[in-house]
Amino acid sequence: MGDRLELLRGREYWRSLEELGGAEDLEHLDREFQVPIDSGVNRRELLTLMGASIALAGLTGCTRQPTERIYPYVKPPEEVVPGEPLYYATAQVHGGYARGIVAESYEGRPIKIEGNALHPASLGGTDVFAQGFLLNLYDPDRSQTLTERGEIRPWSAFLASMRLALEKERPSRGAGLRFLTTSVSSPTLAAQMASILQAFPEARWVAWEPAGRDNVYEGARLAFGEAAEPCYAFDRADVILSLEADFLGVGPAQPRAVRDFASRRRGENSNRLYVVESTPSLTGARADHRRPLTPVEIEALARAVAAAVGAVPARAAADPFADAVAKDLLAHRGSGLVVAGESQPPIVHALAHVINQSLGNVGTTVAYIDPVLAGPPNQSAALAELASDMRAGRVSTLAILGGNPVFTAPADLRFAEAMEKVPLRLHLSLYDDETSRLCHWQIPEAHGLEAWSDARAFDGTATILQPLILPLYGGKSGHEFLAAFSDQPEKTGHDLVHEHWKGRLPGGDFEAAWRRALHDGVVLGTAFPPKTVAPRSLPPAAPARESAETLTALFRPDPTVWDGAYANNGWLQELPKPLTKLTWDNAALISPSTSERLGVSTEDVVELFLEGRKVTAPVWVMPGQADGCVTLHFGYGRTRGGRIANGKGFDAYALRSGAGLWSRAGLETRKTGSHYPLVTTQHQNRMEGRGLVRAVTAEQYRSDPGIVQRMGEHPPGPADTLYPKLPTGSYAWGLSIDLSACVGCNACVVACQSENNSPVVGKHEVSRGRAMPWIRIDRYYSGELENPDTLFQPVTCMHCENAPCETVCPVAATVHSAEGLNQMVYNRCVGTRYCSNNCPYKVRRFNFFLYADFKSDLWKMVRNPEVTVRSRGVMEKCTYCVQRINRARITAERENRPIRDGEIVTACQQACPARAIVFGNLDDPGSLVAKARAEKRQYGLLAELGTRPRTTYLASISNPNPALRAAATPERGA
Amino acid sequence: MQVFHRSTNTLSRVSVFGAVFFLGLLLWLFDALNRSPYTTLQGVARVQPVQFSHKHHVGAMGIDCRYCHTTVERAAYANIPPTKTCMNCHSQIWNQSPELEPVRDSWRTDRSIDWVKVYDLPDYVYFNHSIHVSKGVGCETCHGRVDRMPLISQHPTLQMSWCLDCHRNTERYLRPADQVFTMGYVPAGDQEEIGRQLQRDYRIRPVFELTDCSTCHR
Amino acid sequence: MTDGTTRETASGRVGPPSGTILAPGYTFTTITDKLASIALSRRTPKAWFFGAAVGFVLTMTLLAAITWLLFRGIGIWGVNQPVGWGFEIVNFVWWIGIGHAGTLISAILLLLRQPWRNSINRFAEAMTIFAVACAAIYPTFHTGRPWLDYWLIPYPNTMGMWPNFRSPLIWDVFAVSTYATVSLLFWFVGMIPDLATLRDRAQKMWAKVVYGMLAMGWRGSARHWQRYETASLLLAGLATPLVVSVHTVVSFDFAAGIVPGWHATIFPPYFVAGAIYAGFAMVLTLAIPLRKMYSLGDFITAKHLDNMAKILLATGLIVGYGYVVEAFMAFYSGNPFERYMIWNRIGGPYRHMYWALLFCNLLTPQLLWFRRARRSTATLFVVAMIVNVGMWLERYVIVVVSLSRDFVPSSWGLYRATIFDWATFIGSIGLFLALMFLFLRLLPMISIFEMRQILPEAKVAEEEA
Repeated sequence: MGDRLELLRGREYWRSLEELGGAEDLEHLDREFQVPIDSGVNRRELLTLMGASIALAGLTGCTRQPTERIYPYVKPPEEVVPGEPLYYATAQVHGGYARGIVAESYEGRPIKIEGNALHPASLGGTDVFAQGFLLNLYDPDRSQTLTERGEIRPWSAFLASMRLALEKERPSRGAGLRFLTTSVSSPTLAAQMASILQAFPEARWVAWEPAGRDNVYEGARLAFGEAAEPCYAFDRADVILSLEADFLGVGPAQPRAVRDFASRRRGENSNRLYVVESTPSLTGARADHRRPLTPVEIEALARAVAAAVGAVPARAAADPFADAVAKDLLAHRGSGLVVAGESQPPIVHALAHVINQSLGNVGTTVAYIDPVLAGPPNQSAALAELASDMRAGRVSTLAILGGNPVFTAPADLRFAEAMEKVPLRLHLSLYDDETSRLCHWQIPEAHGLEAWSDARAFDGTATILQPLILPLYGGKSGHEFLAAFSDQPEKTGHDLVHEHWKGRLPGGDFEAAWRRALHDGVVLGTAFPPKTVAPRSLPPAAPARESAETLTALFRPDPTVWDGAYANNGWLQELPKPLTKLTWDNAALISPSTSERLGVSTEDVVELFLEGRKVTAPVWVMPGQADGCVTLHFGYGRTRGGRIANGKGFDAYALRSGAGLWSRAGLETRKTGSHYPLVTTQHQNRMEGRGLVRAVTAEQYRSDPGIVQRMGEHPPGPADTLYPKLPTGSYAWGLSIDLSACVGCNACVVACQSENNSPVVGKHEVSRGRAMPWIRIDRYYSGELENPDTLFQPVTCMHCENAPCETVCPVAATVHSAEGLNQMVYNRCVGTRYCSNNCPYKVRRFNFFLYADFKSDLWKMVRNPEVTVRSRGVMEKCTYCVQRINRARITAERENRPIRDGEIVTACQQACPARAIVFGNLDDPGSLVAKARAEKRQYGLLAELGTRPRTTYLASISNPNPALRAAATPERGA
Repeated sequence: MQVFHRSTNTLSRVSVFGAVFFLGLLLWLFDALNRSPYTTLQGVARVQPVQFSHKHHVGAMGIDCRYCHTTVERAAYANIPPTKTCMNCHSQIWNQSPELEPVRDSWRTDRSIDWVKVYDLPDYVYFNHSIHVSKGVGCETCHGRVDRMPLISQHPTLQMSWCLDCHRNTERYLRPADQVFTMGYVPAGDQEEIGRQLQRDYRIRPVFELTDCSTCHR
Repeated sequence: MTDGTTRETASGRVGPPSGTILAPGYTFTTITDKLASIALSRRTPKAWFFGAAVGFVLTMTLLAAITWLLFRGIGIWGVNQPVGWGFEIVNFVWWIGIGHAGTLISAILLLLRQPWRNSINRFAEAMTIFAVACAAIYPTFHTGRPWLDYWLIPYPNTMGMWPNFRSPLIWDVFAVSTYATVSLLFWFVGMIPDLATLRDRAQKMWAKVVYGMLAMGWRGSARHWQRYETASLLLAGLATPLVVSVHTVVSFDFAAGIVPGWHATIFPPYFVAGAIYAGFAMVLTLAIPLRKMYSLGDFITAKHLDNMAKILLATGLIVGYGYVVEAFMAFYSGNPFERYMIWNRIGGPYRHMYWALLFCNLLTPQLLWFRRARRSTATLFVVAMIVNVGMWLERYVIVVVSLSRDFVPSSWGLYRATIFDWATFIGSIGLFLALMFLFLRLLPMISIFEMRQILPEAKVAEEEA
């Protein structure tokens, strides 16, 4: 093992396992002789038949079009023009909070989600979940029938039996009645719940969100004596200290936070970000100074900083890092910001609050409002109480609205077992999941794009959610479900929401205001006003709970499948996790030195013991992980999540207890000696000294703007080519990606997949290097691997002016357009793959099998009709969203005007919450992209090859604190 | 002893040289088949649920194309008219005729009339009516003398070379904006000349742009 | 009767004295008897049945593999991102390389008036044709949509499109197909007189007819011979440049790309040399067992083997030079990508391949400096075999290893051949064997009349043939 770990050191370390050492290289026979088709998705078996039939059809050479039919409307619905999209503003509810979205719909089919520029939490950007949201709508594994004990029942039957059940509850004033929801910010639902609790005073409403905000609210209560919701203005902050607050990765306003943060990270005078965290996060990756600390150390550091700025009486020992941070914060009174993450205990939040208070940041960078979540506070306590009630037989009816408590509840509650004691159990959910199995009634829930509802954003702004399509499986919304417990059970969701807002909308004419609210996707003037809070003295530090020899388990929601709600979502399953680049699995993340101590390395399977509970998990050695901390992402290990979700990864909930929701000391591991293949899309993590991602410090850049250009070979000039100059068209399309702004959140990747009908290929195909994304985010490390710098680089097709792929295609299936697009013509491609071999950026993707699903109607519905669905045996790649270019051009030419700058927005650009991607016409000096190109930090990836890429990058500029220079980033970039 | 008859000499010679021509013939046949209506369905009238006659409606009654194909000027698809459009008139006239029963049935049952698609491009081709119409390409140019067709049949081959013929020589086909919807249009003078003038007026993009693959394929 | 006795004496001898290319004691008749009898009268050796059986079984494997390929798509192979070309191109280049010796021996040595070629040219040419046939399988079926391969051929079509003449793959189409055609013609034309001989000596009716048709009425008249000589000379003249052109063009597939390890100006000569190297290795691999199987020691003499061994050594050295230049240029260029490419070959995940290649192609042939090694059929056979393997490895290193790590480290990945890659590869070898054995059984594997020309009498007795 020892010598193996010698190998693990330095450059060798970065080889992925199969590249590690010699033995592995040639002993592939075991993998070699398994049938190389992804057995995971059995759909493909059927598809091959089609592959063959296509082959036969093709062989005849002259193929006749199969007869197609036209079914026109009988009575045309107004404003629907066949083939023209319509856009509707609504919102996606994530963790209880609303994020404004605009859904694009063709003939009543939503096919794409965009951010809503008017919505405070979005400002036009989205995260990966908003994009994945769409796929869940069409998921054929969704719960499709209303059943009672497995028998199919009509909705009316449900209502009838509820009426009976309620009659039984009346005498006891609902003492046995319990409602279990997820976090709720919906005013309508809250009102409904209130009226029910009025009718049944003894009934209880319990809310449970696996990745909830308890700590935030409790922290505020600790600091101010009252629950409050902090709202941060990252765009106003010059210096930010994050106490494991991953505001760039998760959180109620992630797209907004990224937008605000990135707006301060362009060019030399950018903000400064300090991050202390136990496990690497997107926020940590963007930090100017990052320190991996254990949870205990984080609290200590928070106290140290608080003491250093004089927010609390000095007690903590001096720490140079803390002092430097404190000095910086003091130097920026009113423009500094300390943020604590959901995963931190209340005391850390409280410390953050008092620091912000004493520095006068409140009112500028942070504001406090009333809690946005309407549900009862302290969810975990309430859930524990519910469990004990159930176990004691005090619960007669349990109504579960959404969520999957049996799967997500803390393990120590043994929730499932307790639930069995309840005589009547109802479950309204999108999937017939682990919880549904234990419920008498399973009611299919209407998807967010199928139902009327409302929800509040992080700042209280309300959005009215409107459906884009009738429920595919006759699902019911939470409102309609709750109505069954009221005196008017027949009410439709629309009426419930509509009535609730009567008189609550600004403006005299309600209907006009209602239509306006629907159109805008926000209800004006519903943001909560800031409230003044007074800090109280904080309790002293609790004794440390960690010891050197035992490990600390950290529980975090999975970056792509979240708490398990997206586990059956192919897009998100196949989406590489932003930092590990893992797909289709979760793993136990441990630091390199801890792995050395435990004698385990990546892909080793270990047994994890915590408080007598056990899970088996594969190890992933994670650079930058705090020593002694093991990160376990929950959301995997589903047993009834659907065909895609089931059996993927391991279930971290099994170790998660109410007392240690986010972190728990005392974890023990045992090696099993077995291996589990983890599939990553990136095996090589160093840049091998090639100037691919160029990152400089603001200081370097200020003193020597030319530095970025010198970080790579000098590219040849435009004349240095043997090929004749191509005629130049009316426009010269180009894309610019600002690496300073990019936070590597992956939104662009899913957005592209959604816009361009990219298939999901399954774990086995990904393991064979056949993932199909048109835009990928490369992640490189530099610096020492205990705490490396993380560099992100989104890579699209470069649309080279001298494209190596074009010269080698024998059938001219990929050729250059006059406007500089590197066109890929699927229907001309015979599939020699020569272009891909000759592409230095390796951005071309090949359909090795018939990946696209030509069979199931539901998947047909999610497709963008403007983009060809690629068949087997053809190459594909990023097109700069040529369908959007053409749409804009046709509109412009019909109006006899040139295309305006910003009129064409590529899918990746539109999704990007950081506004890191700019697309436009390089010939127009006024265009944003031309301006970006003019910057000194602009460079082309591998431009030295003479490819003359049209996609170019702006070097990343960090802003380290000179006082910490010693500790600061060493060899960045090259 | 002699195995072969003298004639075999000639035979062998013929076969040796003939082979070339035979192969050539085969290839020619294949190509001819590929361009024939058997493959392209050019000029093949299709059986429709309703024997709708453009000859009658357009030719005889002079109804404008846009009365039914409403979206032709603003959308990619020229919009096959909904049943309602038919009923606008046929609830009054011919409202008993048996030929129109499918229409009335559709109106009653709210089920679409099931037309057979005549101009059927492959799914990887993205044709947009609005831009062609607004740039002076007449309906007739692609759809032929619809006003003389009792039953609609495909006028061109719809093969790529046919599309390219126009995209490469727009001047041969462009019409003044007011002539786009007329049938049997005759250019007032030399088409090439008028065409070149119209190219300037419409700001038609140069050939190397119009023949970019991404113009039609995405 | 005399035939019988001479045959005894002829084959009774262990082997002809060194330096001669035909054992003494043969007459026109005996040569004709001996060689024609292999196809007509003589009992087929057991080895033949065994070999043929193996060949056919493997051919069936090939068919199965290709059927499945058409059914599922090329995903059944190990190709991936970034390694878009795997076994299929490796094998293609390997086979094409093997397909060189035949035409080289026939055409170039004919023009150089090297009589020793006469005994080996016939099956060397056959080998060429079969090798090219095997090679052709790969580019045909490796495309994602093989049923559209005809789009690579320029012909007036309904799309109004031409292929991209800038693409080396288009050049391949022309180069390989031309080479195949000319080689086939050359082989056939060269066989006509012998086919006539077989026709005349055949007993069975069907044999008379078939050989007769193939002989195309050859009567051996002076006019025929005169025409024949011009024809074969013309074809030889045609074929000679092709020998060079084919592999040059094949090398362009790589040299024209920008992948480090592909983009090298040395490739054309280096590939051609490599091809001849591989070709002769294969000729030896075939000649030595044949010699045993049909006891042809008198016709394929030690002199032949010695000559071929020398050529092997020479071309081997050129190939070695190629390797050295490749490495040198990588460092000399100062291009970081090229440098990394060499380091990757030496120390990367595929280093085994690279070192094995050096052992096979650079080290092993050095044995041939020694006369003893050149004279011992066993050693020669082993060396030839090792070179065959080595040349395959060379192509693997060029194609796969270069692609697995090119410019952007994030996209680096390994290539793993699947069972179907192996099935196709081994299957193609099977097809080659099957064709070879059929040829041995049905056609004169050694040119009868050209052997007769070697006899001293030939100088005066031309018209007797």
